Amino acid sequence: MNGKIPTEDSPAEARSPAVVRSPSVVCSSNVVRFRDLQIEMAHGAGGKASRRLVEGLFAPLLCPGSHEPLNDAARVEMNGITIAFTTDSFVVKPLRFPGGSIGELAVNGTMNDLAVSGARASAMVVTFVLEEGLPTTILEAEVRAMSEALQRAGVTMAGGDTKVVERGKADGMYITTAGIGSPLPGVKVDARSVRPGDKVLLSGPIGDHGITILLARGELDLEADLYSDTRSVLPLVEALAAECSPGIRWMRDPTRGGLATSLNELARDCGLGIELHEEEIPIHDAVRGACELLGLDPLHIANEGQFIVIVSAEYADAALNALHQTPGGEEAMIIGQVKEEPANAVLVTTRYGGTRIVDMLVGDPLPRIC
Amino acid sequence: MRFVDEFRDPELITRASEEIRRLADPARHYRIMEVCGGHTHAIYRFGLKDILPSNIELIHGPGCPVCVLPMGRIDDGLAIARDPNTIFVAFGDMMRVPGAHGSPFEHKARGIDVRIVYSPADALELARKNPEKEVIFFAIGFETTAPSTALTIMSARAHDIRNFSVFCNHVTIVPAIRAILDSPDMRLDGFIGPGHVSTVIGCRPYEWIARNEGKPVVTSGFEPLDLLQSIVMLLRQLHAGEARVENQYKRAVPWEGNRAALKAMAEVFELRPYFEWRGLGFISQSALRLREKYAGWDAEQRYSVPETRVADPKSAQCGEVLKGVLKPAQCKLFGKECTPEHPIGALMVSSEGSCAAYYNYEYRKSLVTRIDLATSSVA
Amino acid sequence: MCLAIPGKIVDIAAGQNLVGTVEVTGVRRKVQLGLLEDDMPKIGDWVLIHVGFAMSRISEQDAAEQMRLLTALGETEQAMEEVRGYGLENDIANGAGRDGPTQWSGKSHA
Repeated sequence: MNGKIPTEDSPAEARSPAVVRSPSVVCSSNVVRFRDLQIEMAHGAGGKASRRLVEGLFAPLLCPGSHEPLNDAARVEMNGITIAFTTDSFVVKPLRFPGGSIGELAVNGTMNDLAVSGARASAMVVTFVLEEGLPTTILEAEVRAMSEALQRAGVTMAGGDTKVVERGKADGMYITTAGIGSPLPGVKVDARSVRPGDKVLLSGPIGDHGITILLARGELDLEADLYSDTRSVLPLVEALAAECSPGIRWMRDPTRGGLATSLNELARDCGLGIELHEEEIPIHDAVRGACELLGLDPLHIANEGQFIVIVSAEYADAALNALHQTPGGEEAMIIGQVKEEPANAVLVTTRYGGTRIVDMLVGDPLPRIC
Repeated sequence: MRFVDEFRDPELITRASEEIRRLADPARHYRIMEVCGGHTHAIYRFGLKDILPSNIELIHGPGCPVCVLPMGRIDDGLAIARDPNTIFVAFGDMMRVPGAHGSPFEHKARGIDVRIVYSPADALELARKNPEKEVIFFAIGFETTAPSTALTIMSARAHDIRNFSVFCNHVTIVPAIRAILDSPDMRLDGFIGPGHVSTVIGCRPYEWIARNEGKPVVTSGFEPLDLLQSIVMLLRQLHAGEARVENQYKRAVPWEGNRAALKAMAEVFELRPYFEWRGLGFISQSALRLREKYAGWDAEQRYSVPETRVADPKSAQCGEVLKGVLKPAQCKLFGKECTPEHPIGALMVSSEGSCAAYYNYEYRKSLVTRIDLATSSVA
Repeated sequence: MCLAIPGKIVDIAAGQNLVGTVEVTGVRRKVQLGLLEDDMPKIGDWVLIHVGFAMSRISEQDAAEQMRLLTALGETEQAMEEVRGYGLENDIANGAGRDGPTQWSGKSHA
């Protein structure tokens, strides 16, 4: 059953989180467990509040009785053929930012959801919700950006829909894309197949996208030479599939909520612990500087062009090598491993033996002064 | 990062922790309080407890300006902001702190214009750019932040920006330390002194702790090596039977403080006769308000403030945790009704609050390794 | 209480407004310099920044001295271990090793 559900609007870039459930939670049919009285920004931030909404309201009513942990894309069987199926919505302010724009996110994001579920995107549909008064030049620029991204990836846009809402709503435009794809042969992505001893690989530096957006919104008066990392990760996934498909256990693209949120979701889904080595996690200097200045944790910052792969120990070196040999994968690193303890949690260790638990994001990452 | 990375050097950290192990008398149990919430955060963030011997216990002090703010003040600030013509502006730290009727973010969801700034100067700029709106800046912080608020208010006056006012919740650190030492339950051997507050007030204000209470104080920086070096210095004093104020953070803290900053504070602020601190009760001469000369920029003068008084739920033990009497995990609500997602008290939602720090960095680790949360060897 | 980080002054605005630009590993921000009016930094100096205001100047000299002390930690003990082998303990106990590093009681500006 497809786990992707569109979210409400939010001021910064948002994507609906994957619906994930820990193995111990059984989805009892029709029982709504969501107790919050109103929807807040936190529900779209990709962290705990989002998870509560999806698990407590959407899942019980829309997919009652489903017991599987849900991934970034679903597998649907039709007439004996398995296809991958996913959707995502894109809400970002500003619409254009260094390194990309909402249109590119809309194409790359859905492609990446399919890619990390082990599928190659073949076609998409798109819906636009446009704000009355949006200049056509802006809309055209986004549609061109989408067209270029589709062409680069060899994916067809099969159709779409448009609605216009009154001035003051939709922050210019909201875009939703849904995509179908064909599963890559030999690739199985399942949190339940993760074992202690498996390695955690990261495709490249974290935090570029989220910090770029934060700076582009201009409220914090920071400047840096930073760009969103939005791109299709399919070539990297295909390289892994070609070299070490038997070793691939699980993949995810850490978008809203960052690396910490995705790995916490995995930890709960497989009931194991993830240990990360802080020194091995690649991060650009400017991202690090912005995070230190604002008191943000890079592990909670959104990425749009990176993915995590859990790979068996025997295939780890081959996997890393495959990424390094592929354009765009040069900065990939092995950043940790799976362990029995601490179960259901993510532990970060420093070079000198200090440790800390890193949890899922609660709401949006907030700059702090204290 | 310069002046940061070198103070995180793993080899030197190992050396410092070995020196601590060498110095710590195995027959003694040391209770050291770090006053400052920023130090609490750093201790957890860098996992420093893992490299300290188990007979050195770090107690978290009340130096978290968000944590000591009584709930009613948040309600008061938000009450002023209810007018559709106002913009409520605060630091990110405040956004999820619960008032009796919700946090600033929850108010935002209900339609109040609530915005985050990184600097009080940005709040003033917001007022300048939105002349038709009234900007109310919710000022918090100890003496580290008060001078910046002061300069901003002086700038508002100098540039005649009238649609800007400050709801002032600045507090001072020394009365808080005094309250801790006056507490009968508290037994401490020494203090890791505030780092950034000291850049403003200098090191002299802590001399009475050494002189009258006989406890050593070392003002410390925030990197792992700073904290470890401070502990080395405290241990050396304790073994020599000394009690002095020392400045570990020399590269940033002048012994005499920052005269210009103190002057700005004195120009704009005066001490309130008393102020209610969450968990510590009413303390006299412990908080700042704007002087009469600046009444035009004082939100409490310009608007009618309900003076909400909200008691913490009886079961919440914020006060005792603030004073270091209880460990976060010993509060009855910890981890159950009170979590970072559904905080009852500010200690759980402020990034420096002991409960949040403990919950986010340690709690789940300890659950797994099944350490007894009630004993003093943890947290 | 206080997230403050070191940044380098890369620009100072002309005129009366004590404002500059500070850089932290490639990130730049406007910084208010009014609190340092008694001891204004120059371009290239390092300052401690909190809520967009420069709080104090960072003394490179004190930082270097601190690194020296940290590096020496444990070395006195090591040196003493070596020297014990020479049977000179009493001499050492009365002189060089005992006081350890110098006491700090104040800060000197660079």
